[in-house]
Amino acid sequence: MNPADNSPLWIRGARVIDPSAKRDEAKGDVFALDGKIVDQLSAADQAKARVIDGTGLVVAPGFIDLNCRLGEPGRTASETIRTGTRAAAAGGFTTVVTMPDSLPAADNVGTIQLLREICSRDAAVRVLPTGTLTKGHEGKALAPLGTMKKAGVVAVTDTTSGVQNNEIMRRALEYAAMFDLVVLDHCQDSSMTDGGQMHEGAWSLRLGLRGLPRAAEEIVVSSDCLLAELTKARIHLQHLSSGGSAEIVRRAKAKQLSVTAEVSALHLLLTDAALANYATSLKTNPPLREEADRLALIAALVDGTIDAVCSDHSPCTATEKDCEFDLAPFGAATFETAFAAAHTALVAAGHADLSVLIARLTHGPAKALGLAAGTLKAGSLADLVILDAKAAWTPAKSDLVSKSGNNPLVGRALTGRVRATFVGGRQVFGA
Amino acid sequence: MAQQDTWTKKDLTGIEELSRSEIELLFRQADQFLPALAPGKGLDLMKGRTVVNLFLEPSTRTRTAFEISAKKLGAEVVSINTTASSLVKGETLRDTAENIRAMGVDAIVMRHSSAGSARYLGSVLDISVVNAGDGAHEHPTQALLDAFTLRQRFGKVEGLKVTILGDILFSRVARSNILCLSKLGAQVTLAGPATLVPAALKEAFPQVRIVHDLKEALKDCDAVMLLRIQHERQTTTHFPSLGEYTSQFGLNAERAAWLKPEAIVMHPGPINRGVEVESEVADGPRSVILEQVRNGVAVRMAVLHLCTGAISR
Repeated sequence: MNPADNSPLWIRGARVIDPSAKRDEAKGDVFALDGKIVDQLSAADQAKARVIDGTGLVVAPGFIDLNCRLGEPGRTASETIRTGTRAAAAGGFTTVVTMPDSLPAADNVGTIQLLREICSRDAAVRVLPTGTLTKGHEGKALAPLGTMKKAGVVAVTDTTSGVQNNEIMRRALEYAAMFDLVVLDHCQDSSMTDGGQMHEGAWSLRLGLRGLPRAAEEIVVSSDCLLAELTKARIHLQHLSSGGSAEIVRRAKAKQLSVTAEVSALHLLLTDAALANYATSLKTNPPLREEADRLALIAALVDGTIDAVCSDHSPCTATEKDCEFDLAPFGAATFETAFAAAHTALVAAGHADLSVLIARLTHGPAKALGLAAGTLKAGSLADLVILDAKAAWTPAKSDLVSKSGNNPLVGRALTGRVRATFVGGRQVFGA
Repeated sequence: MAQQDTWTKKDLTGIEELSRSEIELLFRQADQFLPALAPGKGLDLMKGRTVVNLFLEPSTRTRTAFEISAKKLGAEVVSINTTASSLVKGETLRDTAENIRAMGVDAIVMRHSSAGSARYLGSVLDISVVNAGDGAHEHPTQALLDAFTLRQRFGKVEGLKVTILGDILFSRVARSNILCLSKLGAQVTLAGPATLVPAALKEAFPQVRIVHDLKEALKDCDAVMLLRIQHERQTTTHFPSLGEYTSQFGLNAERAAWLKPEAIVMHPGPINRGVEVESEVADGPRSVILEQVRNGVAVRMAVLHLCTGAISR
């Protein structure tokens, strides 16, 4: 269909899952008119509506990704807003939160305005920028959080640089809270991870690669929880990778601390054993850890300790990854396969119902950042996704829309596939 | 176990990829090359072939041994050292290797600071790749010559007790030896300070025993392999000083007396005399260090002959 077609939309007879409204109908209808979800279409609108037969399919709110990179500005060899947001659409994501470690970094109003301009021209889905917490994400001096908030950032983070100084983190939390900005933290004590290439464990020892120990993450997860208690500020812990981290967050939530957390779909599916042949495509930060971690992360996702599943889409060029393992950059491009990876690991494997995964892809991340998205309630934006949960497929290069060359799940059998994605009632992906 | 007669691998990237029968085949080949080590003797099995030594990390001993091995087989040898290499100009390893390949080379012997780089290069190229040390991963020819030396001394490796002492964590020699000795049926003990011999090594290599007491490590072994303490690689966090290392784990005559009478002392070189081993032991009757060096040529001849032969076959 013509993506510009904005005729009324009527999806009939699908399983409708909307965790924000505790809705899970085995056979229901979803209507959209003028870019918004509506309870019903008038007879006249029904007559001119595009009707989609949802038999055997699932309709859910469009997914929200709290952790991705889109290449702009500065890294357009690996991704652009145009290609990255189309990859997001192919993955069912209708709202994506981008990391600020672009070139130059989004630590100033100008860069954020530039990003928003490019997005208004090229983006296929809603892009919500973040700003850095400190200037140049160097961890030394605070970035202008207040003015960046006015320029449109939804959160602040030093992303993979982390914040290594507890005093700066404490003051940043207090200052950001004044503007109602959530602080996102990539939890890592860099003094313990210098030169680290993969999870520190039996595989890193066998492969002769320097390890990133679990403790380097857990120490910062702990200090973040303590600082959340001290400052009462909102903090969101990015892509947890260790089972111990999940346990620390569980205890913090039991104390009613304002802490939320996410996990990447890849960490739900794979472990460090997948790196046995030095697969640079799976070199990620945080690293893939052990089976016990993977199962603990799944359990934490199911019981709500972890609020969101993110893509952690981090594009690299094929050339960048075609080298010695320790010279390859960290990151995997995963938009198109994130739902399938999480669905395979969580739902197809029998750990949870599809509705749990949908909640962690929609309502969970929306709540974590206070976003007005991730719902099918009448009056909300008609951002939605049509899924085929039973579809078994093996991602091929031809299924990828991203400009990057580092999707590690190409050639791996997965279950669950995005069939169509709509933003504001307009189709942005699917036949 | 059935004896293997045909070598099929074009590369030697690690001991991990080898079976016991392949290792034994390689030893039989090396046996045949021992007479060629005498001065004035040489073979022409690789006449007309070219071997490139691509050494992206400083090495004298291993590079020289590979050069001599190739020359003893009649091959032409070109050595590229890190300063001469175009890699310092920012070219990728794949580009460098493909350029060397395009010049009609039969084998690349590579030393590289990145773990896994030999396996990577072997997958990229259709000519032979021999790993002369990849980061902290493997140094397969060192392990082969070590096991070959043990076999020469004791008749067989099966059932021997071998202690590897020193910096296991950062050592490719240790990794290759753990794998090689285990595959040949020896029992391996790892010894040294807990920071360089972490308990987690037991998870990576369940077949090994880990001890931090030197007497315990030495008392009933048939051979002790000393590893070079490479202070440049260990940040100060792994042990306080060379002096403290020597005081705890250095092998001197007094401690060597803890060994069984027939036990031998091995070292991959170069030796830090007075650090991991005192000269009295390194040059003493237990030492097989120069036998190791000599056997290294025969073993590397076997590796080059078999790997390049696997392609023409």
